[in-house]
Amino acid sequence: MELIELHNICKTYHLGDIAVPVLKGVSLKIARGEMVALMGASGSGKSTLMNILGCLDRPTSGEYWLDGRDVSTLSADERAQVRNHSFGFVFQNFNLLPRTSALENVAMPLSYTAGHLSERQARKQARKVLEQVGLSDRLDHEPSQLSGGQQQRVAIARALVNNPPLIFADEPTGNLDSRTSAEVLEMFQQLNGRDSITIIIVTHDALVARHARRVIHIHDGLIVEGAYAGGIEAAPRPADPASPAAELGGIG
Amino acid sequence: MKVYRTARTAMTALRRNPMRALLTTLGIVIGVGAVIAMMEIGTGSSAAIQKTIATMGANVLLILPGTAASGGVSFGSGSVTTLTPQDGEAILRDSPAMRNVAPIVRARTQVVYGNRNWVPQQMIGTTPEFLDIRDWTGLTEGDAFTERDVLNANKVCLIGRTLARELFQGESPIGREIRVKNISFRVVGVLSAKGANMMGSDQDDILLTPWTTLKYRVTGSTLSNPNQSAASSTSSSVNTLNKLYPGSAPELYPKQSETQAANTPLPVRFANIDQLLAAARSPEEIPAAIQQITEILRERHRIRTGEPDDFTIRDMTEMTNTLTSTTRLMTNLLLCVAMISLVVGGVGIMNIMLVSVTERTREIGLRMAVGARARDILRQFLVEAVVLCLVGGAAGILLGHGGSRLVELLLRWPVATSLPAIAAAVLVSASVGIVFGFYPAWKASRLDPIDALRYE
Ligand SMILES: Nc1ncnc2c1ncn2[C@@H]1O[C@H](COP(=O)(O)OP(=O)(O)OP(=O)(O)O)[C@@H](O)[C@H]1O
Ligand SMILES: [Mg+2]
Repeated sequence: MELIELHNICKTYHLGDIAVPVLKGVSLKIARGEMVALMGASGSGKSTLMNILGCLDRPTSGEYWLDGRDVSTLSADERAQVRNHSFGFVFQNFNLLPRTSALENVAMPLSYTAGHLSERQARKQARKVLEQVGLSDRLDHEPSQLSGGQQQRVAIARALVNNPPLIFADEPTGNLDSRTSAEVLEMFQQLNGRDSITIIIVTHDALVARHARRVIHIHDGLIVEGAYAGGIEAAPRPADPASPAAELGGIG
Repeated sequence: MKVYRTARTAMTALRRNPMRALLTTLGIVIGVGAVIAMMEIGTGSSAAIQKTIATMGANVLLILPGTAASGGVSFGSGSVTTLTPQDGEAILRDSPAMRNVAPIVRARTQVVYGNRNWVPQQMIGTTPEFLDIRDWTGLTEGDAFTERDVLNANKVCLIGRTLARELFQGESPIGREIRVKNISFRVVGVLSAKGANMMGSDQDDILLTPWTTLKYRVTGSTLSNPNQSAASSTSSSVNTLNKLYPGSAPELYPKQSETQAANTPLPVRFANIDQLLAAARSPEEIPAAIQQITEILRERHRIRTGEPDDFTIRDMTEMTNTLTSTTRLMTNLLLCVAMISLVVGGVGIMNIMLVSVTERTREIGLRMAVGARARDILRQFLVEAVVLCLVGGAAGILLGHGGSRLVELLLRWPVATSLPAIAAAVLVSASVGIVFGFYPAWKASRLDPIDALRYE
């Protein structure tokens, strides 16, 4: 079974009397363990689609099956639960809590889980994921004491802390220079390759999209099927030495 | 566990901006501090007033003869217009609310001992019940005079500490003879010190004797007894009293027969007394006691319905109530002001919480994105407000308590620590937090995660 199945998703915003259709019937499937780049011009509806996929928003019409469950009709509280258990979010502007240590930032989502973790276990889990992103020596640093790349890695750690099967990243490298962007993207690839976490990255940067195994183009609220970035996806993964995923696989 | 975690989250959030948290709570600190200080000073002063009143004899009623009856108004036949000891006995017998009644006869003359003399402020003729009514427990020396001394109009007396000091200057007065209007009284006891009363007059400047003695031996002029010579004699019986109290003296004349008595209706004359001092069983029973006394006396004095009373009942609790209610009024007034400052403090908290919600919109969006439900957000902000208020309340309790201690130390005002006030302050500050924190928290919980995340 596919992890994500969208059937004819439409999203229309209403500005006063004017209806603004943003998504006009999106259908797509994403399998478990995929790393997908969502590309498109500015204003094409990437973030809107992402919000629907991330259960932050509800489609105006259409069906959204997540792991065999229709989540398009869930209530706000149920969606919050789904977000907590199944999704990790990474944002362009990191969205870390100011004047709060990296450890506390990472542990924060755990306080909204059903409470099966004690305070100590929560901190232990947070420390573990921070180690995983290579920040074990920055546990007590506040966001203002970290570089942009480090901040984004803290955000990735926060996304990982609940062991979600799926991570959404909306322009995760938009605020980073090319070197730290590469670092962050490598981290995503590592997570996808080693831990087989499904990752969906929204970007309008073809270089970023090159790191993904599959690219979905969205144009004017519709999926443009069969378009691939840089032709990487056309070739089978292990056979392509240029693929960063293959490099990572070699390391792991 | 969940609560603990929420409280911890709230504390962490507050620690992120300690200066603001401090300023936010300042209103609550001052409000609660003012409430606590007012309560402590208020209860302190009313306790002090109550104590002063207690030394004057709690539950005490004073029954005075009516103004129309005093002085040289002639008494119509069959009507008794002034108070008599029998009135007192009747009151004690028929009024269930009364604990005790004592007649009072007053005089003011010089008291002489050796080469010293003194005019006591109060020279009171009464019965031993007087001491019970006035709560004058315990004598410094000697014993009180007895019922028997009253019956026999014995020349004995009790003196207050001031009088003892003035006349005897250190000697023991027990057994000594003092002279009042050339009549010598044996001192049988010295009263314990009672101090000044509320109006500042010395209650220990007093001489107590049996009322019969004072009335018939000292102030003989107001005697209604025709046989005046008997009263001034040193014999142990008084003619009038033979009827009132079963005297020990033999009958001087043969007794009237029933028919003789009916044929010669002698005007019944009673010994008038100046006042009746009565004690109710409890302060709560005083209104009932007043009503019962009024009924009994109206009947005894044969006052027809519609006619005014020929006596007045003065109520000590009237004064007590006036004084305590005055202090209570003042306390309540100040409490209102303090409460207003609490409300102002609450509005301050609401204001700052609203700013905080706006400022932390992105944080709220993020928390929602990672799985916080609306009610989690609501709870978080509510707990933050309550924590702020409770911390402010605790600081306010310390401030108010310290303030009232300072007042006690510097101004020597009586204060009393009031646990209910402290409990109320904690409760009030928590509710201020809930009431004024609710709107901002509710506003936060209603945010849409996408809008909140996008908020600049
Ligand atoms: N809340 C809203 N109300 C009305 N219109 C909206 C709303 N959110 C988005 N839109 C519109 O939907 C369209 C798509 O927006 P979206 O944010 O999905 O674009 P995007 O592809 O993410 O663009 P970018 O690459 O610039 O982030 C835009 O034209 C935008 O004006
Ligand atoms: Mg976007």
